[in-house]
Amino acid sequence: MISRTLEERIDRRSTLVELVGNTPLLRLTRIDPDLPPEVAVYAKAEWYNPGGSVKDRPALWMIRDGERRGLLRPGVRIADATSGNTGIAYATLGAALGYQVTLALPANASPERLRILRSLGAELVLTDPLEGMDAAIRRIRALVQEHPERYFYPDQYNNPANPRAHEESTGPEIWVQTGGQVTHFVAALGTSGTFMGTGRFLRAQNPDVRLFAVQPDGPYHALEGVKHMATTALVPGIYDPTLADGIIEVRSEDAFAMARHLARTEGLMVGVSAAANVVAALRIARELRRGVVVTILCDGAAKYLSDRFWDDGDGRDGEGI
Amino acid sequence: MAVTVTIPTALRQYAGGNASVTLAPGSVGQILAALTEQYPQLGKHLYNEQGALRSFVNIYVGDEDIRHLQGIETPVPDGETVSIIPAIAGGARS
Repeated sequence: MISRTLEERIDRRSTLVELVGNTPLLRLTRIDPDLPPEVAVYAKAEWYNPGGSVKDRPALWMIRDGERRGLLRPGVRIADATSGNTGIAYATLGAALGYQVTLALPANASPERLRILRSLGAELVLTDPLEGMDAAIRRIRALVQEHPERYFYPDQYNNPANPRAHEESTGPEIWVQTGGQVTHFVAALGTSGTFMGTGRFLRAQNPDVRLFAVQPDGPYHALEGVKHMATTALVPGIYDPTLADGIIEVRSEDAFAMARHLARTEGLMVGVSAAANVVAALRIARELRRGVVVTILCDGAAKYLSDRFWDDGDGRDGEGI
Repeated sequence: MAVTVTIPTALRQYAGGNASVTLAPGSVGQILAALTEQYPQLGKHLYNEQGALRSFVNIYVGDEDIRHLQGIETPVPDGETVSIIPAIAGGARS
């Protein structure tokens, strides 16, 4: 790249909050050599966010929205139920902006996760592992109800600032980075914020863009951060089931295999939900003769390195995915 | 003579809505076989096509992951609890 001088290329963002968003869009060139030449698969490298995941975007937008509405101000704690990346995003941004953070999460959260959150200064309320996230959500709601003056509860499942983050950042970035050529967008549903916001923006630019939501093959799965919408008792208020053109189901085992395959063929160490997104994006891409398929690499592999699945490969990785 | 199997929220819809099921003692494998015989819909969520436990399914006897015991051969004495733990929410990793 000699077209731009160092002066032009240098990244001048200097605060942590400014580093949220504007992530690279990577072309996956080696993952499937059999793809037709006029089909391209791209993925947003969301671990470039300062908190290490796509969740920095909604967390920042919800924090700023809370400030504008006067709900979050100095001395008020950010409180939410999250075992994963949203919690790390709150804790990271909270530390950088001077807000304290209280998180409820199931007690079987991984040791890496607990260490990251505690190191960032978050107060943790651990709940019964058998009850999953539902118990954590109930606990944090009870805590906030008891002392509403002490807490700002962003409630990512029902806060419109969550999808708006993607409508105002992820979507426009993908549009510009593909030169308006994106034909398909594929993303997993957790809170559904990424899919809703990005999907709405892309469709507004080009009504022909096709939107595919990724789902696990059942409610008991290993796709961190992904919700099985057909069976969950708590469907997010921000979720609009009419937006997607289709649903793609991914088995957890196929996501594990793809995580190993991405590491070996592209040099990309990503998390399980990111790998599930790539499984789905490739399924779409293989059906096309031409097109630009874009998906989201929600986070990197750092938080999952103690997972067993990295060792499960038998040398035939990539088959069947 | 009975053991208790606890069912995570995500799987209760396939187990008649029960949070726990009482079964006869035996090995973990025998107990889970009895469980899926009673509630056949549970089977595909716990086992792969080869009939083995799916790699991310976490089974505990008492407080111990069966991967650290004798796997599905782990004996479960009378009065003990077998727990099927959600694969995520951090996940019980080892």
